Amino acid sequence: MLVATLLVSSFIIFSALFIAPGNPIAVLSGGRTLPPESVKILEARYHLDDPFLTQYWLWLKGALHGDFGISIALRENVSTLIASRIGTTAALVLYASVLILVIGIGLGLVAGLRRGLLDTSVLAATAISAAIPSFVAAIVLILLFSVKLTVFPSLGNGRGVFGTIYHLTLPAVALAISSLAIVARVTRASVREEFEREHVQTAVSRGIPSRQLIRRHVLRNAAIPITTIAGITIASLIAIAAVVERAFGLNGLGAYLVAAANSKDFAVVQGISLVLVAAFVVVNLLVDLLYAVLDPRVDLGSRAL
Amino acid sequence: MSDVAAPVEKPAYRSWFALLRATGAAGVASAVVIAMATLVAALGPALAPDSPFLGQLSYSYVGSIVGHPLGFDGQGRDLLSRLLVGARTSMVGPLAVVVLCVAVGTVLAVSAAWRRGAYDAFVSSGLDILFAFPGILLAILAATVFGAGLVAATLALSIAYTPYVARVLRGAALRERSQQYVAALEVQGASALSICLRHLIPNMLPLIVAQGTILFGYAMVDLAAISFLGLGVQPPNPDWGVMISENQSGVVQGYPLAALSAGICIVVVVVAFNILGERLYDQAQARRR
Repeated sequence: MLVATLLVSSFIIFSALFIAPGNPIAVLSGGRTLPPESVKILEARYHLDDPFLTQYWLWLKGALHGDFGISIALRENVSTLIASRIGTTAALVLYASVLILVIGIGLGLVAGLRRGLLDTSVLAATAISAAIPSFVAAIVLILLFSVKLTVFPSLGNGRGVFGTIYHLTLPAVALAISSLAIVARVTRASVREEFEREHVQTAVSRGIPSRQLIRRHVLRNAAIPITTIAGITIASLIAIAAVVERAFGLNGLGAYLVAAANSKDFAVVQGISLVLVAAFVVVNLLVDLLYAVLDPRVDLGSRAL
Repeated sequence: MSDVAAPVEKPAYRSWFALLRATGAAGVASAVVIAMATLVAALGPALAPDSPFLGQLSYSYVGSIVGHPLGFDGQGRDLLSRLLVGARTSMVGPLAVVVLCVAVGTVLAVSAAWRRGAYDAFVSSGLDILFAFPGILLAILAATVFGAGLVAATLALSIAYTPYVARVLRGAALRERSQQYVAALEVQGASALSICLRHLIPNMLPLIVAQGTILFGYAMVDLAAISFLGLGVQPPNPDWGVMISENQSGVVQGYPLAALSAGICIVVVVVAFNILGERLYDQAQARRR
């Protein structure tokens, strides 16, 4: 399934841009008319004179070796351009994922296990923050923490490990906030549901210590829906990162993808799209593998790969 | 004919109004917010006190003055007028996405559940592959191929959302398909199309509406994000996503109102759709039990 998905999506990405109107030669020449010999040379260099399937095969073979062709706009290897930006995006998504897992699941557990004012306020707060788009969160965070309080920077990547973490804090919060709220709500709901099931209520009446009860009977069963929603939301961050990178002026893959889409730099759009889809598929695969760890009844069989 | 089948069918809500009332106070309040937003989207240009396009740069980020209750945006245009007129593009896009993906998703889900076998396997695995394309990524690809614009973004999101609709509805259609009333109708010689259109889909309607309501919120956020990236609605056309992007510089300069007000509009409408959608979904699930 994984291989089939990647193969089909690589084909979709490649053919979508193949049918796109506009002539790559025109971009190369900057709109000037070139003598036919130069056009021939350029066509041969970029394989533009080969049939469609040959071009796709050459591109796919290159991509598997880490070669995504040459950026027509910057005249540099797409792989080099991707490599210099992938770190920022990976760090941003990782940082946001940690926030989602720690704070989202934490809030959901607290709200699910304790009824009352805390539960109600978590429920109300997450209902609103689940609807806050990342770019709205970005301007609110910039306003509060960069303009009013001047604790965090509003732009740029930062240097070194601590500099990066410091610079990525606001972007990661903006990226995480709505997913965090969704994960917290699902966690709360599934903890509540497990708690009310008969075997848990029986364990309560038998006097099993609550710490053991929560860990072995409630969390173990609630872990499956929590993993599902955390997996879906974290995988979706890979694409939304583009919006946050743009809002905070970060030099990441997503921001570069948008710039390339605007300038019709096809090789770059193809390369980054493929990397993002692959990352998305891999995260989903990891979630599937995690199911088998959490629940021995899950049979992975041959479907996963 | 349907007299025979009627007793096995579950009672539908007597009216949509009764269904809405069953969603509780929060559901009704959300529906009111949505109705108001829809009204503004319909009347937008008529309500706007000033032109959303013409402005004077000398009024850039000027605050509230007489006749301009919200003040001006970065290019000196009346902020209130831009918000009101922008409601239309901001609401029409998600509406188109929801209509398209719910229509295609329902057809795929019901036909797959009805035919089963190889056709079902083909549809399901096709949808599984589409899952690998996040909506925003598909929209960026569409913008590269067809040029930036609302139409390309809307189509891309409709395609990206279809697997989500179809997966939920396929499960529901399979359950409905195995009900006795369907078998009874088949024995009576009713055609597959008429059973699906007159019984199966009407019975799934509460779930379909709930799905559409929830997806409207997601579509609004994603479309605004695409416009924010400069690949959706093009300036100077007013749109809440565009307004945040073009007034972001004001936030850093200490004039956040223009970007913030558009953001608040998005959040309020999306919260309303999320709450109503969740409540409708609960109702649809409760009916099943």
